Amino acid sequence: MAEPRPAEMPSLGTGMLQGHQNDDSFTDPSEILEDPRLEEVLGKLDRELVALRGVKNRIREIAALLVIDRLRRSFALEAGPPTLHMCFTGNPGTGKTTVALRMGEILHRLGYVRKGHLVSVTRDDLVGQYVGHTAPKTNEVLKRAMGGVLFIDEAYHIYRVDNERDYGQETVEMLLQVMENRREDIVVILAGYKGHMDRFFNDVPGLSSRIGHHIDFPDYSIEELMEIAHLMAEERNYVFTEDAEKAFEDYLRHRKSQPRFANGRSVRNALDRVRMRQALRVYEMSSKGRNLTKNDLVTIHADDVLKSRVFGGGAYDDEERSVTSR
Amino acid sequence: MRITQGTFSYLPDLTDEEIENQLSYGIAQGWAPSIEFTDDPHPRNVYWEMWGMPMFDIVDAAAALHEVRRCREAFPNHYVRVSLYDPTLGRQTTALQFLVNRPDDEPGFSLDRLETADRRINYTLRPYAARKPHGSRYGG
Ligand SMILES: Nc1ncnc2c1ncn2[C@@H]1O[C@H](COP(=O)(O)OP(=O)(O)OP(=O)(O)O)[C@@H](O)[C@H]1O
Ligand SMILES: [Mg+2]
Repeated sequence: MAEPRPAEMPSLGTGMLQGHQNDDSFTDPSEILEDPRLEEVLGKLDRELVALRGVKNRIREIAALLVIDRLRRSFALEAGPPTLHMCFTGNPGTGKTTVALRMGEILHRLGYVRKGHLVSVTRDDLVGQYVGHTAPKTNEVLKRAMGGVLFIDEAYHIYRVDNERDYGQETVEMLLQVMENRREDIVVILAGYKGHMDRFFNDVPGLSSRIGHHIDFPDYSIEELMEIAHLMAEERNYVFTEDAEKAFEDYLRHRKSQPRFANGRSVRNALDRVRMRQALRVYEMSSKGRNLTKNDLVTIHADDVLKSRVFGGGAYDDEERSVTSR
Repeated sequence: MRITQGTFSYLPDLTDEEIENQLSYGIAQGWAPSIEFTDDPHPRNVYWEMWGMPMFDIVDAAAALHEVRRCREAFPNHYVRVSLYDPTLGRQTTALQFLVNRPDDEPGFSLDRLETADRRINYTLRPYAARKPHGSRYGG
């Protein structure tokens, strides 16, 4: 009979470490610490995300713990799987989803999740509409996320205490169980606004203690928002003139004090609209018979920014509408 | 009498780790695992009950093994099998199938002879277990 072909094995990184059993035997940590692929994701995190010092430090700490844990295991110093479930709190657009995506990659590189994919869900994906609908629904999601990271956005919507017939309770119970018993199979990251999350933890005893890392994402300062703007402009091959830069900073200052400001996402949306205005200006230039240079195509002028309605003093920009209609 | 059915059936029963490895292999090939169970061991019984939906969207074998365990827990004295379905155009069929649970005691089959005209004999197999109604076979 044919031998089954070798199946893809979970890499728990034991292979190269086996055999160091004795107290003072030597193990070479650089093999793991300098794992180029790990440095690659951590480096990418540093480069592609502006600011977020605290968050980045925390992730380095977690990475260090996991690396050292692996070394300890090579000496048969078992400590059980660490609790990697996390809670990201912070206002809209502060980078929670972006970091969660990276977390999957990092944990995968470190051998703590087998596949490293991210399954992103909200209440609707977990909680059913009628009796008997919720458990299979939640179960499907949990299964899809196994081997990777389950990211639950606005987690506090799962369960509403004030409504005792809410099916979300079933989901919460299943989550609690999986978070405790299947720690090798799934990492759960909850995300949401701070106040709501705190209330949610009060309402669901036992949830907070299952989470190893509570990470707060602070709002960005104007300087940091500008850095984000530069990064995004660069990614999209645009450059600001000096005046445009000042105008954009002004814009952000205005926008920040208006309702529904969404940090990084507002920067992205503003930039998208600036691009539209820039395109229109360039288009009109060319229809007046001017030859266009590459420079014309990449440069953002102050005018492109200043035409924003935010400067009109009245209603705030139309960005939120354009976001939700997508 | 130990039933042999599907791939690996002449090997000792697979351990959970071996099952997980097979599942990993299948999932890496793009096959979808599904789980079925029955208490009718007749080899021509192709209609096993499904344990939940086929798992087309799982990424990791742990999820399928989890369902194998749940099915076994619910039906400890049934046959349980895993099928891996290859959905690629042109194949669209079961690529791999093996047993992952069997009853503790398998009484086997009786061979019935039916004499017909001209001293001819027709043979048929009858599982001892199937003499009892569904659900009460195998002491369960
Ligand atoms: N530090 C940062 N550096 C670069 N870009 C950032 C940073 N923080 C956020 N962004 C950008 O802002 C946008 C929104 O980020 P993200 O979706 O991660 O926010 P969020 O915290 O999940 O928001 P919400 O709570 O509304 O879901 C993304 O386009 C992201 O690239
Ligand atoms: Mg988000």
